[in-house]
Amino acid sequence: MTHDPARYGVDGSGTIVTRPLDGLTLIYHRPSGITHIADSPLPEILQALERAPGTAAEVLTRLSEGHEIGDDEDALEGLETHLATLVSLGLVRIAR
Amino acid sequence: MSARLLVNVLRRPETVAACGSTEWNGLVAAARAERLLATLAHRLERADVPRGVRAVMADAVIDAQREQRIALWEADRAREALHPLGIPVILLKGAAYVAAGLKAGEGRMIGDLDILVPRDRLEEAEALLLAEGWEWVKSDPYDSAYYRRWMHELPPLIHRERDRMIDVHHTILPLTARVTPDAPALIANSVEIAIGLRVLSPEDRVCHALAHMLADGDLTGGLRNLWDIRCLLADVRDNAALEKRALLHGLAPHLARARRLAEYLFADGNTPLTLPDRLYVRRLLSRDTWGRERHPITRFAFYIRSHLLRMPPGLLLRHLWTKWRKGHRPS
Amino acid sequence: MKHSFGVAIGPASFRIGSAWADPIRWLKTLYSDYPQPDDGVADFTVLLEPAGALRRWWRPSIGLGGDYRLPDAAPLALRHGLLAAEMGMNIQMALGWRRHLLIHASSVEKDGRALLLTGESGSGKSTLAAQLGERGWRFMGDEFALIDLESGSAWPFPRLVSLKNAAIRALRAEVTDPERFGPTLRETPKGDIAHLVPPRQAVSRMRDSATPALLLFPRFGFPDDLRPVPEGEVFIRLTQASTNYVALGEAAFEALHRLVTTVPAVAMDYRSGEEAIATIESLWAEQA
Repeated sequence: MTHDPARYGVDGSGTIVTRPLDGLTLIYHRPSGITHIADSPLPEILQALERAPGTAAEVLTRLSEGHEIGDDEDALEGLETHLATLVSLGLVRIAR
Repeated sequence: MSARLLVNVLRRPETVAACGSTEWNGLVAAARAERLLATLAHRLERADVPRGVRAVMADAVIDAQREQRIALWEADRAREALHPLGIPVILLKGAAYVAAGLKAGEGRMIGDLDILVPRDRLEEAEALLLAEGWEWVKSDPYDSAYYRRWMHELPPLIHRERDRMIDVHHTILPLTARVTPDAPALIANSVEIAIGLRVLSPEDRVCHALAHMLADGDLTGGLRNLWDIRCLLADVRDNAALEKRALLHGLAPHLARARRLAEYLFADGNTPLTLPDRLYVRRLLSRDTWGRERHPITRFAFYIRSHLLRMPPGLLLRHLWTKWRKGHRPS
Repeated sequence: MKHSFGVAIGPASFRIGSAWADPIRWLKTLYSDYPQPDDGVADFTVLLEPAGALRRWWRPSIGLGGDYRLPDAAPLALRHGLLAAEMGMNIQMALGWRRHLLIHASSVEKDGRALLLTGESGSGKSTLAAQLGERGWRFMGDEFALIDLESGSAWPFPRLVSLKNAAIRALRAEVTDPERFGPTLRETPKGDIAHLVPPRQAVSRMRDSATPALLLFPRFGFPDDLRPVPEGEVFIRLTQASTNYVALGEAAFEALHRLVTTVPAVAMDYRSGEEAIATIESLWAEQA
């Protein structure tokens, strides 16, 4: 069990191209050449991380600036699940 | 013969001035079949080339660039998956050439990701990859047992979602081969190119390419391999160091042969060849104007040789017998 | 290769080498109005070779080869040689074409605008396109629609139309010139097949593009139904219907997004070819 919370980041700007489609977001990831179709809040999380890397809690704060977020604890857990998904897809990296 | 034309053009691009449509069709077919089309495109960048050929070569360059991007991504994914090992991942072959920005990586089609790990960490590496979405390509227990006991790599793994293969090596030639390179020495001399990623030293890269081309296999794709060796040799500053390394890995005669073949085919063309060298040349230049491999007897001879290289005769017989009984035949 | 043939179809060109004369003879006849490859140099090579040492003469059997090949392809009988050549050209395009986004679709043009019909084998897209091509539309292709990566235009690729089973009868009723038909190939892996030469205008205008205006997803053999298809679904279905979307990377991503967001899409289930055509004509009139 690590003591410092994980820091997440994306690989610089310009790694992904996004286009809206039917209320969803198409994401083209340049390094892998893979196209993803994502629903909120994944695109918003990516945007928040593009500004700068951060822990899950920091990302949550950035997201609450623009959006209505629910109960804090649940929201953080939900966010961590989304971040794990993004990491497994290769769209987000854990800083080492 | 188109293969002959191909090496002539690679050696001296201005040769294409004399090409008519028949020659061009044959040249493109041979280059494509030998996976040298994108390399040919780079060589002919400034030459006078018919528009139709320009377009075909441009497509090949697009493909090579895409392959390179994918290879680098697969290397990244492997590095992430193997991070808990605590040791850097050593890239081999095409992915290494591209990741290290080498001339040998230019215009290269890549295929599988090849990496090298120490033999005592092999099982851990396997477990980590399986946990991160890779799975076995074949599940045949005889093949699998054979692989683990005698081969220089794990049985092939493929990523479930990305559909790309990874070959995890612990040395660079099968354990049953006559030549036994020094795997710990390869690892010790490796060079870091990015965080968590290494490649073999310039001398060891040549040695690996030599082992792959001349101490293993039946020379399928040999022209591409020889071109790689030619590019890698140009990167080596210290020839004495290279000779020493080749000696260490048992590859000194292979180095000498590769040098002669590369000079004969890609350099001045006047290098004196031994009689066996001439058979190699015949095998390497087997493509006709339709991109097919000719010289069936020479090819068969190299096929037999490839099995003898890998195994002492007793083991070979037992292996072939087992496969025969299972309904396999050598293709 | 003893026998060979070269042809340019739309923006692509092929050279076909064959160990036997017959397939080449048919190709030369049916493609007689088509141009030769530019400068004599072909984009792709297709090879029809004996599928085994003896198979050149004894129960002749064609192994399909070329620049690109399918790994486990079953050999074809010599009498299906024309089919082998057409399949060979399909494989080269599907695996090797990089200059446009390729979608498995047939296409026809009217007034500079293109109708794209996309769907599975058996959806009826080839037959509908062939019929529309005989009724005032310009036939652009029945296998692949080529979408320009920069402009989004659709480019023609008017190969011989591959007609299966009942479609052969339907087109023989509409096309009076018997010279436009290749031999009827019986008992192929997909049933009876005959090849139809596209109308003269389709061939002479093979270098004229059109702006896609309607995407149709036809489905033959179901109760009549017409419904719009949402963009998300269209995008996913077209990535599945494209053989080179992945190979083309970002350019394909942008081109497909543009296509899907600018061209309306409709799914049409039908039982009768005639009614389908009437529906298409009225949809098209609404578009104008």
